[in-house]
Amino acid sequence: MTKQIISVTINGARQTHEVEPRLLLIHYLRETLGLTGAHIGCETSLCGACTVELNGKAIKSCSMFAVQANGAEILTIEGLASADGKLHPMQEAFWNEHALQCGFCTPGMIMVSKQLVERNPHPTDVEIREGLDGNLCRCTGYQHIVNAVRAAAKAGA
Amino acid sequence: MIANAFDYTAPQSLDEALTLIGNGAKPLSGGMSLIPMMKLRLASPEHLVDLGRLKELSYIREQDGELHIGAAITYYELESSTLLLGKCPLIAETATHIGDIQVRNMGTLGGSVAHADPAADYPATLQALEAKIVLRSATGARTLSTKDFFLDTFTTALEPGEIVAEIIVPIEPGLTGTSYQKFRQPASGFAMVGIAARIRQQAGTLSLIRIGVTGLSGSSYRATNVEAALEGKQPTEENIRAASALVGDGVDASADLHASADYRQHLATIYTAKAIRAALSRSA
Ligand SMILES: Cc1cc2nc3c(=O)[nH]c(=O)nc-3n(C[C@H](O)[C@H](O)[C@H](O)COP(=O)(O)OP(=O)(O)OC[C@H]3O[C@@H](n4cnc5c(N)ncnc54)[C@H](O)[C@@H]3O)c2cc1C
Ligand code: FES
Ligand code: FES
Repeated sequence: MTKQIISVTINGARQTHEVEPRLLLIHYLRETLGLTGAHIGCETSLCGACTVELNGKAIKSCSMFAVQANGAEILTIEGLASADGKLHPMQEAFWNEHALQCGFCTPGMIMVSKQLVERNPHPTDVEIREGLDGNLCRCTGYQHIVNAVRAAAKAGA
Repeated sequence: MIANAFDYTAPQSLDEALTLIGNGAKPLSGGMSLIPMMKLRLASPEHLVDLGRLKELSYIREQDGELHIGAAITYYELESSTLLLGKCPLIAETATHIGDIQVRNMGTLGGSVAHADPAADYPATLQALEAKIVLRSATGARTLSTKDFFLDTFTTALEPGEIVAEIIVPIEPGLTGTSYQKFRQPASGFAMVGIAARIRQQAGTLSLIRIGVTGLSGSSYRATNVEAALEGKQPTEENIRAASALVGDGVDASADLHASADYRQHLATIYTAKAIRAALSRSA
């Protein structure tokens, strides 16, 4: 079926490619652009490892077609630190609080946590846990992730 | 997991969308139900028309004493709308029960209504609000009650070529109390049972009570027997319990590996009472 040309701004850089409409955004990011920071955990919209920001909103990129993102601005975990390498406060907090073990879930956890704190700058622990509802971690038991989000919120992430 | 091939159009206008859909193309809104189904190849549409980015379907406005919500409004836009939080809090509150942040950033009210999943949350709320559902096609528009719209499991009154264009909900006078109470299936987060209650009191008795039910059976419905048992009565604990026990009367309760029909009926009774109590505590 007809391929389409899409143009997307990813981590500040404009990208233009011809894609099949059925190409998932996560495959576009990982395979077409080589941005392998967003992971594929379940590919069924349940684990959140593929979370990126689309026009400022956290979304699961395994459950969206790349053509739907035409014209959009996308931020992935690769674009979160500033150009001089200084980590985003949420990344910093995950580092300080040991909020990861294998690190597979971490890019998605950080992207959704960033959204959570943007929308609710002073979340309670319950609100943090609710906010992480769409993201699975098989290692940490979540406690250190909750600690990290709380610490980042305190630091004004 | 790769969907079958299809063509995709992001239409410039609602008219363009309706023409394409009239010719057999399938609407795509948030994609939170449709895309997982396409990846599993349970659905293989040949042509998708993206309604999710149409500005013409993306509005929340007050008009003639009612609230008009465009079909492409997302759950996040519903839960964060100050207009809705002030004038129809039930519709905003319901969004917070759905999925997770990422799903609520994408999923739309129109998509949820059109999909008519028997475990979806909004159908219960819209039943309790006596919402009106506006359908449009290239040739016209019609407005249906929730009762006439939601027919059965994944089955609505939508005809080929028609879309859900708008949902109309009432502005609630200050004294109305509402609540949505849901028992989540722990893995999927969908409703095993979800109950929406809407209540007004006058001089110690219930002057209005509406109960919307989802999850219990193949389709959402209004529990008119619970309503009739309480209208004009005092909202005592005894009356609430007796009326709530009627919620599943005559209903063919669903059974699956998560819950037997009996257990779902039990949950429906408990959650009806919970929703009524919560709504009461919010009605002056
Ligand atoms: C992880 C996860 C958790 C979820 N949890 C819940 C939950 O707890 N509660 C709940 O209620 N839902 C839940 N959902 C489903 C979610 O609410 C969907 O967003 C919703 O069912 C469909 O809305 P959509 O905008 O995504 O529609 P789409 O997926 O784009 O479309 C769904 C169907 O409706 C049709 N359609 C879409 N828009 C229109 C329209 N305007 N007119 C006519 N037809 C149309 C499409 O052709 C398709 O057949 C969950 C989904 C996921 C992925
Ligand atoms: S890979 Fe997208 S949610 Fe799991
Ligand atoms: S750190 Fe391993 S899955 Fe979360």
